[in-house]
Amino acid sequence: MAVELSPVSQIPAEFRVKVDHDRCRRCKRCVLNCSFSAIEFKDKVTPDHRKCVACHRCATFCPESAITIEENPMAYKDNANWTARIRQNTLKQAETGGIILTGMGNPKPYPIIWDHLVIDACQVTNPSIDPLREPMELRTYLGSKPNYLEFENDENGKIKLKTQLAPQIKLDIPVIFAAMSYGAVSHNVHKSLAIAANKMGTLMNTGEGGLHEDLYPYSGRIIVQVASGRFGVHNQYLANSAAVEIKIGQGAKPGIGGHLPGEKVGQEISKTRMIPVGTDALSPAPHHDIYSIEDLSQLIYAIKEATDYKKPVSVKIAAVHNVAAIASGIVRAGADIVTIDGFRGGTGATPAIIRDNVGIPIELALAAVDQRLRDEGIRNQASLICAGSIREAADVAKAIALGADACVIGTAALVSLGCRVCQKCYTGNCAWGIATQRPELTRRLNPDVGSQRLCNLLTAWGHELQEVLGSLGVNSIESLRGSRERLRGVGLDKETLDILGVKPAGVGM
Amino acid sequence: MVMTIDAAGMYYRDLNKQIRIAIEEGETEFVLNNINGQRYIGDAVEKKVKITINGTPGNDLAAFMNGPSIEVFANGQDGIANTMNSGEIVIHGMVGDVIGYGMRGGKLMIKGDVGYRVGIHMKEYKKQIPVIVAGGCAGDFYGEYMAGGIMVLLGIGCSDDKPITGDYLGTGMHGGVIYLRGEVEDHQLGAEVAVLEPDEKDMKLITKHVTEWCEHFGYDLNEVMSKPFIKLKAISSRPYGNLYAY
Repeated sequence: MAVELSPVSQIPAEFRVKVDHDRCRRCKRCVLNCSFSAIEFKDKVTPDHRKCVACHRCATFCPESAITIEENPMAYKDNANWTARIRQNTLKQAETGGIILTGMGNPKPYPIIWDHLVIDACQVTNPSIDPLREPMELRTYLGSKPNYLEFENDENGKIKLKTQLAPQIKLDIPVIFAAMSYGAVSHNVHKSLAIAANKMGTLMNTGEGGLHEDLYPYSGRIIVQVASGRFGVHNQYLANSAAVEIKIGQGAKPGIGGHLPGEKVGQEISKTRMIPVGTDALSPAPHHDIYSIEDLSQLIYAIKEATDYKKPVSVKIAAVHNVAAIASGIVRAGADIVTIDGFRGGTGATPAIIRDNVGIPIELALAAVDQRLRDEGIRNQASLICAGSIREAADVAKAIALGADACVIGTAALVSLGCRVCQKCYTGNCAWGIATQRPELTRRLNPDVGSQRLCNLLTAWGHELQEVLGSLGVNSIESLRGSRERLRGVGLDKETLDILGVKPAGVGM
Repeated sequence: MVMTIDAAGMYYRDLNKQIRIAIEEGETEFVLNNINGQRYIGDAVEKKVKITINGTPGNDLAAFMNGPSIEVFANGQDGIANTMNSGEIVIHGMVGDVIGYGMRGGKLMIKGDVGYRVGIHMKEYKKQIPVIVAGGCAGDFYGEYMAGGIMVLLGIGCSDDKPITGDYLGTGMHGGVIYLRGEVEDHQLGAEVAVLEPDEKDMKLITKHVTEWCEHFGYDLNEVMSKPFIKLKAISSRPYGNLYAY
């Protein structure tokens, strides 16, 4: 028999909201802005510390800067082993009996390999290039490349390409927006991403939530996803895309499925996902029609048939230890693009145990896959996309040097839209109007403003990438791809360096 | 006009391309002879064309299909009607595994047995309610994760000492309805399903679909309806609602 628990939760507040009442004008803007109901007005602004998630919305919008948020210093006695998070989760599970759910990327202090890689630079013998004066090419093409090119003369004697190229997508910058479903994020986020992708000559990805009709005008810049739940997947959806992606795995939740709870399936989500209002959207871990590489190949070609062989088909997998062999199979199964998502990748909702403990770092997975495909002589048959916590332009440059054709950004894009990484996406209460479907919250993000912020971010990264290329003495991003000689490791062990194919700093050619 | 294609030895890509081009040019009816394992026939076709298949089509017949009607005078293989949106498929034989995966609309009439994983993740949306009626028996995972639609299994010709479906029947089911002409044992059922007796409304629905099935395959309706049906429905539309700590 179930034992009734005390109505008082034992979980202490994570944060303390401090209000400087001398400065406070009592305008109540903070009360209106707090979507987690952590601030009330009882004669004066009164915080409910337990509800604060440190999203900063109240502090950002306080005209008097009267609000500060601190970690609750009284919460737990210091203990390096029994961390506050572990104790808090234990209490939560004792109260609910449930799987701890969480959002965004893995917060654990695993070593970040990007930060142990440095990019080499030119000096006297090979001069660097001035990106302010010289053209720098960030353009890249996604899609399967032929083994060799054949040419022929046309009737006028001009040379033309004889080889039939597989469908290609031109990217003006090798940074793509990650798959984030309409459902996980708001419509205005999707719109911001679509507008920005269109303006910047890159791509957004629907995730597995279908494509809202409003975004059809941007379809030339949209990757549509086909995942196990097949939500919103129909012929028009496949037709309205730049590429189709089969989602097998995701870095934040390798080997497990997804679940959009029924209460989030409102009118518009229902229309886009093509399921009744209020029903659970369950995406099982496996596609139940894919249990082998042969089955995957069958779906790849079903999609190619459906789109008349005019669109590249991508396959997205999570980084796992055997990823190189898996990627080789995927390329041989006919995929034009392979996306590898590392264990630091973000998500709207996943069990914390999976996010924090399952999967492997993207840096190692990427290097292993690139090397394996080269060794097998099939690297040209598919483009490689690197995903899973690409935080800054330097990560992009390093990923490309390790073999990626392009990188994917999810969290970085959301942070540029206002996300404070409070990791409460799964609650649907996002105060910044990002990971929510509550109409009063979603309208906090204006898609025109949002898209401009995203464009600014990509413009800045583009300039930074050009600076890096200049410092390396190359003038195109394609010259950097797979150029591991231009990286050096600092503080990495020999095995890690071997997998990365990178020499330690201090070693010459 | 009816376009007849002799598909003997034909590569599936050439066959499907020929059909696609003909549909674009206005062709509305096809007869495909000597089909022998060609995949993806009818894949993503949008127009309401009619395709008659003489021979056994390959996997993923009618995937993403939206409108056509297909009649197969032989057995079918795996993956028929994968993520199908609308249309009708009639198969005068038995079929393999993963039939109607994620199917959202249209109708699938099968004369004989169906394999494993039939109707997984079947859905419905507004007026689009997919229907699968099969005459024989089914393998494991029948109607798993079913989120909508109607499945009818008649169990004709199944041996008396064997249940008409395999195990894991309706596991994770959270919508839609399954009608079985026969009994199943408790251990075969997923934890998320309840067995009920069909009411008047259910019987009307069953009769409607079984009538159509009998017309296609030449069975006597009264004889088929003489054996009792059971109804399987999800216990909850939120089977995993309490799994997580928020």
